[in-house]
Amino acid sequence: MALTLLRGMRTPMVARRNSGLFFTTLQPPLSRFTTRAESAQATEPKSAPKSIQLATKEAAEQKTQGFEAVIGIETHVQLSTVTKAFCSCPYSYGSQPNSTVCPTCMGHPGTLPVLNAKVVECAVKLGLALNCEITMTSKFDRKQYFYPDLPKGYQISQFDIPIAKEGYLDLDLPVEFGGGHRRFGITRVHMEEDAGKLLHSESGSYSQVDLNRAGVPLLEIVSEPDMRTGIEAAEYGAELQRLVRYLGVSNGNMQEGSLRCDVNVSVRPIGQSKFGTKVEIKNMNSFSAINRAIDYEISRQILLHKEGQADQIVQETRLWDESSQKTFTMRKKEGLADYRYFPEPDLPEVVLTSDYIDEIQKSMPELPEAKRRRYENMELSMQDVLFLANDDNVARFFDSTLEHGADAKLAANWIMGDIAAYLKNEKLSIDEIKLTPLELSELIASIKNGTISGKIGKEILIELIAKGGTVKSVIEERDLVQIADPAVIEAMVDQVLADNPKQLEQYRSGKTKLQGFFAGQVMKASKGKANPVLLNKILGEKLKANS
Amino acid sequence: MLATGPAPSILSIRESLLSGERTAAEITTDYLSRLRRTEPSVRSFIHVADAAAEREAEELDRRIATEGQDAVEPLAGVLVGVKDNLCTANMPSTGGSRILDGYRPAYDATAVRRLREAGAIVVGKTNLDEFGMGSTTEGSGFQVTTNPWDDSRVPGGSSGGSASAVSARQCVVSLGSDTGGSVRQPASFCGVVGLKPTYGRVSRFGLMAYASSLDVVGCFGSSVVDTATILSVIAGHDKMDSTSSSHDVPDYKSELTPLDLLESKPLNGMRIGVIQETLGEGVETGVISSIKGAASHLEQLGSVVEEVSLPSFSLGLPAYYILASSEASSNLSRYDGIRYGRQISADDLNELYGGSRANGLGHEVKMRILMGTYALSAGYYDAYYKRAQQVRTLVKKSFREALERYDILVSPAAPSAAYKIGEKINDPLAMYAGDIMTIISVTSDVKRSAVADLKEW
Repeated sequence: MALTLLRGMRTPMVARRNSGLFFTTLQPPLSRFTTRAESAQATEPKSAPKSIQLATKEAAEQKTQGFEAVIGIETHVQLSTVTKAFCSCPYSYGSQPNSTVCPTCMGHPGTLPVLNAKVVECAVKLGLALNCEITMTSKFDRKQYFYPDLPKGYQISQFDIPIAKEGYLDLDLPVEFGGGHRRFGITRVHMEEDAGKLLHSESGSYSQVDLNRAGVPLLEIVSEPDMRTGIEAAEYGAELQRLVRYLGVSNGNMQEGSLRCDVNVSVRPIGQSKFGTKVEIKNMNSFSAINRAIDYEISRQILLHKEGQADQIVQETRLWDESSQKTFTMRKKEGLADYRYFPEPDLPEVVLTSDYIDEIQKSMPELPEAKRRRYENMELSMQDVLFLANDDNVARFFDSTLEHGADAKLAANWIMGDIAAYLKNEKLSIDEIKLTPLELSELIASIKNGTISGKIGKEILIELIAKGGTVKSVIEERDLVQIADPAVIEAMVDQVLADNPKQLEQYRSGKTKLQGFFAGQVMKASKGKANPVLLNKILGEKLKANS
Repeated sequence: MLATGPAPSILSIRESLLSGERTAAEITTDYLSRLRRTEPSVRSFIHVADAAAEREAEELDRRIATEGQDAVEPLAGVLVGVKDNLCTANMPSTGGSRILDGYRPAYDATAVRRLREAGAIVVGKTNLDEFGMGSTTEGSGFQVTTNPWDDSRVPGGSSGGSASAVSARQCVVSLGSDTGGSVRQPASFCGVVGLKPTYGRVSRFGLMAYASSLDVVGCFGSSVVDTATILSVIAGHDKMDSTSSSHDVPDYKSELTPLDLLESKPLNGMRIGVIQETLGEGVETGVISSIKGAASHLEQLGSVVEEVSLPSFSLGLPAYYILASSEASSNLSRYDGIRYGRQISADDLNELYGGSRANGLGHEVKMRILMGTYALSAGYYDAYYKRAQQVRTLVKKSFREALERYDILVSPAAPSAAYKIGEKINDPLAMYAGDIMTIISVTSDVKRSAVADLKEW
C-alpha cells in the first residue's frame, strides 16, 4: 500500500530518481516504520495505557539512577468542525484523494482565507479547559517553507501572540503506576491549519499530493518541560485526549492523526539546573507507544551519559519504530529552520470580548479533573474514580444512574464489573449497549429490596445489555421474582431432604459440608429464585432438627 | 476647462441601447474594430476574447428585443478590459507571468463577477508588469505595451495594458490593480482617469496577490463619471475577503454634479493642500507647472489652496519596497509548479521547485522575492520589516494630521511624463523612485487617496 509520510519529513528526505512528478523515498530504518496510513487498522486502546507493563516503569527507574529526564510535548489536535479553517470545504478522514478541496485550500492564485468562527470557539474552549489566559487580541502569522503538501508555500499559524497561554493540566496517574496527582504547565495553545498528504508510489518513482487535509483546522498545544517519565507524558497525552473529547472539539483519534504528539526528551544529572540536549521523537501512534518511546529514549541518553559519550546526544528528530521498540535518527537539525514568520495580511486580528468568553465558559461541561474530584468525594477508590471519570461516556452513564437514585458504590461495582467485562468481550463502548442508566438503577433497587437475588440480577443485566427492555418486564416475563415466603422455601427444603436420603445419612454421620449440596438442590428446584439467606436459615434449622 | 472633458461613455451606451439607436452588437463591433486596428502597435491585451464579446453582445440584443428595456442592466453592452492578474473563469489568467502560461482559473474575481452581473462584457485580459511588479509594463512575461499617444513611450505600469486600452478606446473602461501606484501612474501616462479606491473598498478575492496589505482593485475610464460608475458596481463587502470593508457603498456617480448645474464658485470653503514634497527636486518642471495650473484652477473655483509639508514623505518609498517585497516573497511561494502552471521535469524536488521558478518567473519578480526573503529572515526582520511597519505608522499619522486641516491633498501621480521604452529598464532604482508620488498614499492607508489625473478635469 502507499506510504503516507509524517509531515516532519521535508526536503532533506528527498532522494534522487529519474522522471516522475517528484517523490520522496523512504530510507532505512524508515522503511520499517508503521506509517499513519498503515497503522489505521490497529485499534487504539480505549482508555489510558493500562496495557503498559509495570516492569517497563521499574526498569526505567532502575536505569535513571543519578539522572533525570526532562520531557515537553507539542500536541496537534485536529478540530472536528464542519468546514475547514479558512474555506467552506468539508473534511472527513479517508475520503477519495482531492475530493474535499476548493481553489482556496488548493492555494490557487487570488484566493483568500476567511476564518471559520468555530475554530476560535474551539480554541477558547480548550484554552479555558487548560486554565490558560485567553488573549483578547491575537493574530495570525505565516510560517513559510516549501513542501508539495503545503499549497500556498506557507502555513497560516499563530507565532508570537497565541490565542491562549500560561495554563496547566491536572491529572491523576493510574494506580498501577503508583498513582499520584500531577500538574503540568501549558505554555501556549494556538490555531493553525493542517497541510495535505503525500502518497508515494510503491516503486518510489513518483509521488502524489492529496490536499483533502490541507486547511483543516488544528490547535497546537505546547506543554512546559514538566514531565519526567514516559508514563507522565503518556498520561498527559491521554488527559488532553479526554479534554478534547469532553469538549467535543475533536475526536482525538490518534490512528487517524486527529491527535498527534511530538515529544522532546533530554536528560541531565539530578541536581543540574541546565537542560541537556533535547531530542524530538515522532511517529507514536498510541499513548502506550509514547510511554515506551520515551522510556527507551531516556535509557539511550542516560547510557550515553554514563559511557562518557554525552556529546553523542545531538539535537535531532528521531522516529519511534514499533517493531524494534527503538528510536532512530530521522534527520539531524542543522541549526534552526528559518520560517520567516510575519503577520498574515489577509486576515484581520482576532478580537474577543469578555462576553464571548463568558458565554463559552458557561457552556463548558464538567471536565475530567472536576469529575475525578467529585467521584473521589463519594468515597470511591482511585481505581474506580479513574475508570468512571476518564471516559466521558462511562461518566455520563454513571452520573445518570446515580441521578435515578442508585447508590454510588453499588453502581460503580456493576459498571466496573459485569458491564465492563461485557463491553470488553464484545468490544463495545457503554453508549452502544441497550442497557439504560435508569434500568441499572432499577436493577440495583430490585436487589436491594429483595425482589430478586444478586445472581438473578446478573442474568437480567446480560439480557438488558443485549436486548434492552425493563427490569420489571424481564422479571415478570421470566417469573424471576425471588421466593421469600418461608413456608414455600420450607416445603422445598423438605422435598429436597426427602428426595436425597443417602446424602442426608452422610450429613448426619458428620459430613456437614453437604449443607451446600442441599442448598444447591433447593436453589435449583426454585430455579434460582429462593432467597438465599432464608434458604440457608431454614435449611440449617431443618438439618439441625433432623440430626 | 471642464466643458472639454470627454462624454461619459457608459451613459451614452446605455442611452443608445434604451432608445434603440444602436445595438450592443454595433457598439461591440465598433470597439473591436478599433481594437484590431490599434492592437498591433499598442499591444494592450494578452488575451482578446473577441468572439465571446460578440456572442454576449448579440445575446444582449436578443434579450432587449424580447424583454425590452428591463434587459438593459446598468453596464449592459459596456466592454471592459480586465488586468490579467484578476481571475476570469473562462479565460486565461497569467498575471503577466510565464509561470502561469495557460492557466485558466476555476472562478471569477469578485470585481469581475460584479461587473458581469451588472451586464458588462469582458473583452479581454490586459497586459501588466509581471504580478504587478513594475512601473512601465515592460516587465510583462509576454509583450511590451506602448503608450497610445506615442508608441516610443511606455504606458506606465503595472496596469499599463488597462490604461492604454482605455486611452486607445479599445474598450470602454477597464479594471486594474494598484499596490504602489499601478493605477494612478499609468492613468497619468496615458491621459485617462484612474481611480485607486481606499484599501478594502473593493474585494481582492481573485486578484493575484502581490502585497496583500497594499493591493487594491481599481479602474480606468475616459471620464470621472465612468470610473465612479464602475466603482459603485465593484465596491462593497465580500465574504470571500476578510479585509474588505463593510461600509455602505454610495452611488458615487449621483454625488457628481453636472457641469451646467454648477455655480461659478462650486468649491467655496473647500481646503486643498498641495503636498510640498511632491513638487520639489527630481520632479519635471512640466509636471510642476501642470499641477500648479490645476491648483490655481481649483482656487478660481472657490477653494483655498495651500502648500502642505508631509515630513515623513521621503520615508514612504523605502518602507513600501520593504513591505511590498516581503509580502510578495510570501505570496509568490505558491507558484511552485506543483499544482498548476508551468512545471519543468526534474530529478528531485528541489530541482523541480528551482527549475520551475527560475524558468517561469521574470527578473524583477525574482529580485523582489529575494529582497523580501532577506527582509523577513531571522536576524534581519527587526531591522527591515518591523522598522518599515513603524515607518508606515508614522506616514499614516502625518497623513491623518494633514487631512484634519485639508479636505483634499493634491500631488502629481508621477514626477515625469511617460518614459521612453527601455529608458528605465536597466535602472530599477530610478524606476522605483518614480513611484514616490503614489506610494506615499498607499503606505498611509489614506481614505480615497488619489482620485484622478487632475489634467482630465
